[in-house]
Amino acid sequence: MSSSSHFVRERLVVVGNGMAGMRTVDELLKLDPARYDIVVFGAEPHVNYDRIALSSVLAGEKNVDDIVINSREWYAEHNITLHTGDPVVAIDLAAHTVTSKSGVTVGYNRLLIATGSKPIVPPIPGLNLPGVCAFRDLKDVDTMIDAAAHYRRAVVIGGGLLGLEAAWGLKRRGMEVAVVHLMPTLMERQLDESAGKLLQRDLTERGISFFTNGQTEMVTGTDRVTGIKLADGREAPADLVVVAIGIRPETELARKAGLEVNRGIVVGDDLSTSDPDVYAVGECCEHRGAVVGLVAPIWDMAKVCAHHLAGGGTLIYQAQATATRLKITGIDVYSAGQLAAGEDEDEIILRDARRGAYRKLVMRGGQVVGTVLYGNVTDGEWYFDLIRKKTDVGDISDRMILGKAATQGGVAPAFDLNAMADDAQVCGCNGVCKGTIVSTINAKKLTTYDEVKSHTKASASCGSCSTLVREILAATLGVEVAKPEIPKVCKCTGCTHEEVRAAIIERKLKTQDAVREAMGWMTKDGCASCRPALNYYLLCAWPGEYIDDSRSRFVNERVHANIQKDGTYSVLPRMWGGTTNAVELAAIATVASKYGAPEIKVTGGQRLGIYGVKKQDLPAVWAELGEAGLVSGHAYGKALRTVKTCVGREWCRFGTQDSTTLGKELEKMTWGNWTPHKFKMAVSGCPRNCAESSIKDLGVICVDAGFELMVGGNGGIELRGTDKLCTVATEEEVLEYAAAFMQLYREEARYLDRTAPYVERVGIDYIRAKIVDDTENRKALQARFLYAQTFLQDDPWAERATQGVDAHEFAKLASPQEALN
Amino acid sequence: MSVTTLNWVQICKLDDILPLRARVIPAAKGEIAIFRCSDDSVFALRNRCPHKQGHLSEGIVHGHRVACPLHGWVIDLESGEAVAPDNGCTPRLPVKVEDGVIWLGNDVAAG
Ligand code: SRM
Ligand SMILES: Cc1cc2nc3c(=O)[nH]c(=O)nc-3n(C[C@H](O)[C@H](O)[C@H](O)COP(=O)(O)OP(=O)(O)OC[C@H]3O[C@@H](n4cnc5c(N)ncnc54)[C@H](O)[C@@H]3O)c2cc1C
Ligand code: SF4
Ligand code: FES
Repeated sequence: MSSSSHFVRERLVVVGNGMAGMRTVDELLKLDPARYDIVVFGAEPHVNYDRIALSSVLAGEKNVDDIVINSREWYAEHNITLHTGDPVVAIDLAAHTVTSKSGVTVGYNRLLIATGSKPIVPPIPGLNLPGVCAFRDLKDVDTMIDAAAHYRRAVVIGGGLLGLEAAWGLKRRGMEVAVVHLMPTLMERQLDESAGKLLQRDLTERGISFFTNGQTEMVTGTDRVTGIKLADGREAPADLVVVAIGIRPETELARKAGLEVNRGIVVGDDLSTSDPDVYAVGECCEHRGAVVGLVAPIWDMAKVCAHHLAGGGTLIYQAQATATRLKITGIDVYSAGQLAAGEDEDEIILRDARRGAYRKLVMRGGQVVGTVLYGNVTDGEWYFDLIRKKTDVGDISDRMILGKAATQGGVAPAFDLNAMADDAQVCGCNGVCKGTIVSTINAKKLTTYDEVKSHTKASASCGSCSTLVREILAATLGVEVAKPEIPKVCKCTGCTHEEVRAAIIERKLKTQDAVREAMGWMTKDGCASCRPALNYYLLCAWPGEYIDDSRSRFVNERVHANIQKDGTYSVLPRMWGGTTNAVELAAIATVASKYGAPEIKVTGGQRLGIYGVKKQDLPAVWAELGEAGLVSGHAYGKALRTVKTCVGREWCRFGTQDSTTLGKELEKMTWGNWTPHKFKMAVSGCPRNCAESSIKDLGVICVDAGFELMVGGNGGIELRGTDKLCTVATEEEVLEYAAAFMQLYREEARYLDRTAPYVERVGIDYIRAKIVDDTENRKALQARFLYAQTFLQDDPWAERATQGVDAHEFAKLASPQEALN
Repeated sequence: MSVTTLNWVQICKLDDILPLRARVIPAAKGEIAIFRCSDDSVFALRNRCPHKQGHLSEGIVHGHRVACPLHGWVIDLESGEAVAPDNGCTPRLPVKVEDGVIWLGNDVAAG
C-alpha cells in the first residue's frame, strides 16, 4: 500500500457501484475531493445508473442512455478506479484488504459497503426456467424487453410497487399481463384497502388482469416457462414470469467477513459498522432495527456517511418518514406515514366518485401522521411536509382533508415561494430541496425547466415533481405559470380552446379574421396550428354559413388525398362497412394501371388504398372512380374515417345481429362529417368483437338483447379501451345515440383531441348524463348533427373532378418561354 | 468565382396565385415554389424542404413563413432559413411584382 509520491493519500474502497455508494462518493467529493484515492467495485457491467428509472426504460419512456448517472469520463475525471463486472468476494478485516472475483486484491484505509438488495426468490419449483426474471437491474429489463418483442403473455408475481410497474411496462410493450398477488388488495404496505381497490380497478381498465389472494405454487414448462399454477388450482399461461415479491439486503459478503449482521449490516448513527473502518449505506444496512427500500433515506445516509469519511464528527443519521409514489403514467397514487388509524388516531376520508379520486388523512392530536391519496395527489408533498415536521394544524384540522388551497383560503392557489421552507423536499428521488433549486437558479442564471432539471437533478428521475419544479422556477424568476395548465390554442394567442369556442357562438364571430381580431390574436393570419383549429370551430358552429377555408387546412385535407414522402398521393375510396363489389374493384384496378400507381394495399381500415398517384392526376383518377360509384373515404381528414364491421348474423355461427348492415348504415349517416380529430367506428356481431369495437371512437357490440355502445377507445399511439356508454335495443337507437355522441364530441372537444382524451377530460358519467339520461338533449344533439350533414355530405372528389372546384390547386403554372434554371 | 447576371423572366399574374397559397413552376435545377402572402408580398424558393425534401408549396402559409407539410418545419420565406429550433436553409430566388405581374430572376452564368 505504499506509494512513491511524497504525499500519500488514504485509500477508500467502495463495494457496490449503485445508487447509495456513488451518492456517498459524490457527497464526499464535494466535501474533500483530495482526501482519498478511491477504488470502486461493481458487480454489474455498467457505470452507475438510476435504478428508479428502470421502470421508465421498461415502459419505453426513457432509454438506457437517459438513466446513466455518472459516465466513465466522470470516474476518470475524479481519479476513481472503477472495476465493473467484478464483484468483491472476500473482505479481510484484519489485513484491510478486499478481493474480487477476478482475483484483484486491494488494500483500504476505509471501506464502504453499498451492496444494495437482492430480489427475494420464493421456494417454488420452476423458477430456474428460461423466461423467468426479477425486476432489479438492467439485465432484467433487457430480458423483459426481449420477451415482449417475441412473446405474448406475461405473469408478474407480486402486486407491490415494483410488480405493478413491471406489469405496466410490459403492458405498454404490448404484452397481455396478469398479476398474481398474495394479499386481497394491491400495494398493501403503502396503500389502504380503498386506494388499493381503486388502483386495481384502474389497472384492470387498462387491460391488466389480477389474481388476488393468489399463492403461486409452481412455474410450469420444460424448455421455457409456459405458465403458473396457484395453490387454489387457478392457472395462467405465460411466456414470461417476473418475480417481484420483495427484496432482502445483500449481506453475505459482510457476514462472511465477520461484521455484525442482522436483517441488514448493522450500522450506528454515523453509518459505521461493527468495524470502525468499515461503513455501510443503502439497502444493505440496518439502522436501529430498520432497513430501507427507497432512495430518500439513502440520500440522507450518503450525506452523513460522507461527512464522517471526510473526517467530520457531528452529523448523525435519523430515519424519517418516507413517501411512496407509483410511477405509472396517468395513475396518481401517493402515500406517506401511517396508513390506518390506531387507538389514539382518527381517520378523515374524502371520496370523489366521479373522478375516481380518494384521499385519507390519519390524525393524532392536532397532527397529521399519515396520508393516502388516489387520483389527485397535488397535495401530497404538503401533507408529507406536515407529517415530517410534526406541524400542529390545530384549528384547521377539520378542513385539512380539502387540501392546501381550501385550507389556506383562496380558490385558485397561487404558488407561494416564500411559504415553502428552504429545506422542504421537492424531489424525493434525488433528495433535492427547495433552497438548493432556488440558489442554483440564481447562481447559474437558469431560465428553463430543462436547465433546472439538468443542473439540480430535481425531477430528473421519476418526474412526478415536475410541476412543482416549474413553479419554483417561475416564482424565482418572477414570471407566472398557469396551474394547472389549460392548453392555449397556439402561440399566437393567450386564449384557450374553450374561450375561443364560446366567443365564436356568444359573439357571433363568423370569420377567422373576426375571431382573431375579437380575441386579440398576436399575428395577422395566425399560424399552421391555429388556422386549422379556427377553421374547424367556425365550420362546426355555423353549418351552411361559414365558408370552409382550404388554405387553413393541412395539405391532405386541402387536396383530399394523403401526401406521401415522395410528394405523390394515396387515394382511398370509401368501401361501406368494408364491403365492395366487382364494379368498384374493376375501377380501382383500371385507374391504378392507367395512372401508373405502383401499389394497391388493403389498409387497416378494411378498404383499398391506391398509392403513388401524382397530384395533377388526382382529379382524373377521382372522375373515373366516381363513375363506378366510389366516393372519397376521407382517409386524409380529421373526419369520419371508417366503420369496420364483421360478417355478423348473416354468416357467422355466433352472430347475434346484422352487424354488417348496421355498420354500413352508420357510415352512410356519418360520412363527410368533419370532427376535431379523426373519428372511427366499428360494429361487431357478438362479444368476440372481431371488428375491434372496443378500441374505436364509437364501437357497437351486438348482443342478444340489443347493442352495447362503447365510446372513447383508441388503438393508436396510446392504447385506450372504450368506456361503456349504455345498451340500446334497436338499430334506430344506435344511429340516434351515435349521431348525438359525435355531435357532443364535435361541439366540445379541443381541436386535435381524439375522443379518448376528450372522454378522459370530461368523464364518462358526464357523457352519460348528456346523452343517455337526458333524452331531450340527445335528440337535440342528433338534430344538430343531421342538420350539419345536409351541408357536409357532398363528395369532395366529385366536386373537384367534375365541377372544377379548386382547379388551380392541381395545375402547375405553365413553363415560361425561357427555360428556368 | 463565376460572375452571374440576372435575366428577368415573366412567370404569371399575381392573381394566378391565391393569397396565402403557392404555385409551382418546373425548372432545370428542380421545381420552384412561388408564394403569395396575405400582404401580397411574393417569394420564390426551391420547392424542397431542407429537412427531407418536402414540397414546401403544399404547406400552410402564414405571415412570411410556410410550414412544411411533411414534418412541420417552418421556413422563413424572406431568408429561406428554417425557424429555430430547426436548422437548415432552402435556396431563394430573386422575384419581383410589377403591375400585377410576377417576374423571376433567372441567373445566367456569364464569362
Ligand atoms: C393507410 C393506413 C395504414 C394501412 O396501410 O393500413 C394508415 C395510414 C396512416 N395513418 Fe393510420 N392508417 C391506417 C389505419 C390506422 C389505424 C387502424 C384502424 O383505423 O383500425 C390506427 C389505430 C386506430 C386508431 O386510430 O385509434 C391508426 C392510427 C394512426 C395514428 C394515431 C392516432 C391516435 O389517435 O393515436 C396516426 C397519427 C395521427 O392521426 O395523428 C395515423 C396516421 C396515419 C397517416 C395519415 C400518417 C400521415 O400523417 O401521413 C398515414 C397515412 C398514409 C397514407 O398516405 O395513406 N394513424 N391508423 C390505414 C388507413 C385506414 C383507412 O382505410 O382509412
Ligand atoms: C424498478 C425499480 C423501481 C424503483 N423505484 C423507486 C422509486 O420510485 N422511488 C424510490 O425511492 N426507490 C425506488 N426503487 C428503489 C431504489 O432503486 C433503491 O432503494 C436504491 O437503488 C438502493 O440503492 P443501493 O445503492 O442500496 O442499492 P443498488 O442501487 O442496488 O446498488 C447496489 C449495487 O451493488 C452491487 N453489488 C452487490 N454486491 C456486490 C459485490 N459483492 N461486489 C460489487 N458490487 C456488488 C449491485 O450489483 C448493485 O449494482 C426502485 C427500485 C427498482 C428496482
Ligand atoms: S403506422 Fe401508420 S403512420 Fe406509421 S408508418 Fe405505418 S402507415 Fe405510416
Ligand atoms: S421534409 Fe419538411 S419538415 Fe420534414
